[in-house]
Amino acid sequence: MKNGRRNKTVFVALAVGFLFALGLGLSGMTRPQKIISFLDIFGEWDPSLLFVMGGALGVHAILYRLIIRRPNPLLADKFQIPERRKIDFKLLAGAMLFGLGWGMAGFCPAPALTATASLRPEPFVFVISMLLGIYGASRILNNSSRS
Amino acid sequence: MMQNYWVPLLGGAIIGLAISILLFVNGRVAGVSGIVSGALRPRAGDWAWRLAFIAGLIAGGFALRTIYPESLTNTLEMTYPKIIIAGLLVGFGTVLGSGCTSGHGICGMSRLAPRSIIATIVFMAFGILAATVMK
Repeated sequence: MKNGRRNKTVFVALAVGFLFALGLGLSGMTRPQKIISFLDIFGEWDPSLLFVMGGALGVHAILYRLIIRRPNPLLADKFQIPERRKIDFKLLAGAMLFGLGWGMAGFCPAPALTATASLRPEPFVFVISMLLGIYGASRILNNSSRS
Repeated sequence: MMQNYWVPLLGGAIIGLAISILLFVNGRVAGVSGIVSGALRPRAGDWAWRLAFIAGLIAGGFALRTIYPESLTNTLEMTYPKIIIAGLLVGFGTVLGSGCTSGHGICGMSRLAPRSIIATIVFMAFGILAATVMK
């Protein structure tokens, strides 16, 4: 029973990843040049990423509030939602470094993974470097409190 | 002109829906950097769903290749050292800051979590800085 439920959650994660990727592709997030044009506000500004954020936030902000009213998720015992509230140096420094890399290359983690399907070398090089960065940082910080 | 923005709005809504399904069914927050960092340091019973999610992201990319190839044509026109540095920064920064565009920018902002609001403002500001200075 427990195992059956776990298999179902694995399948759901696969389907959600797939749907997520379709959303990323449709919204232009998998095109680094588009992201850079959004972030380069002094150039020929492309505001479309604001609409992506708006669409995602609009849907999730409403559904989130409906979902957490339930006692538990459909296939799990509890909702696992980050509860840390402290704004510390790690949060700020991490967001800074992430922002710099994002603005340099126009890729954040999910779209980079999806873009490997183009089978071009650049997304692969980016993803491998990103995985090294993730692995290195989680080794150094040894953070058990991941979100 | 306005109709150019319906497609990104729809794409964003699909992302919001996907994130909501993962929370509703599995009780998990769809922070992609967190899912990947957990997949790289496997713990029993907490590994398969992470790999499946990543496989789904890539499989979705292959679907896009067929149904909407333009979405993957815009590649990085920059030198490899720059791509590598950017990748390392994104990887290291998202772990240090406990989240990326999805975890902080969408999930956390939807909850109005103070950490995520601050992180999103900071990574947007530094993204603008890098994109403006580096072009």
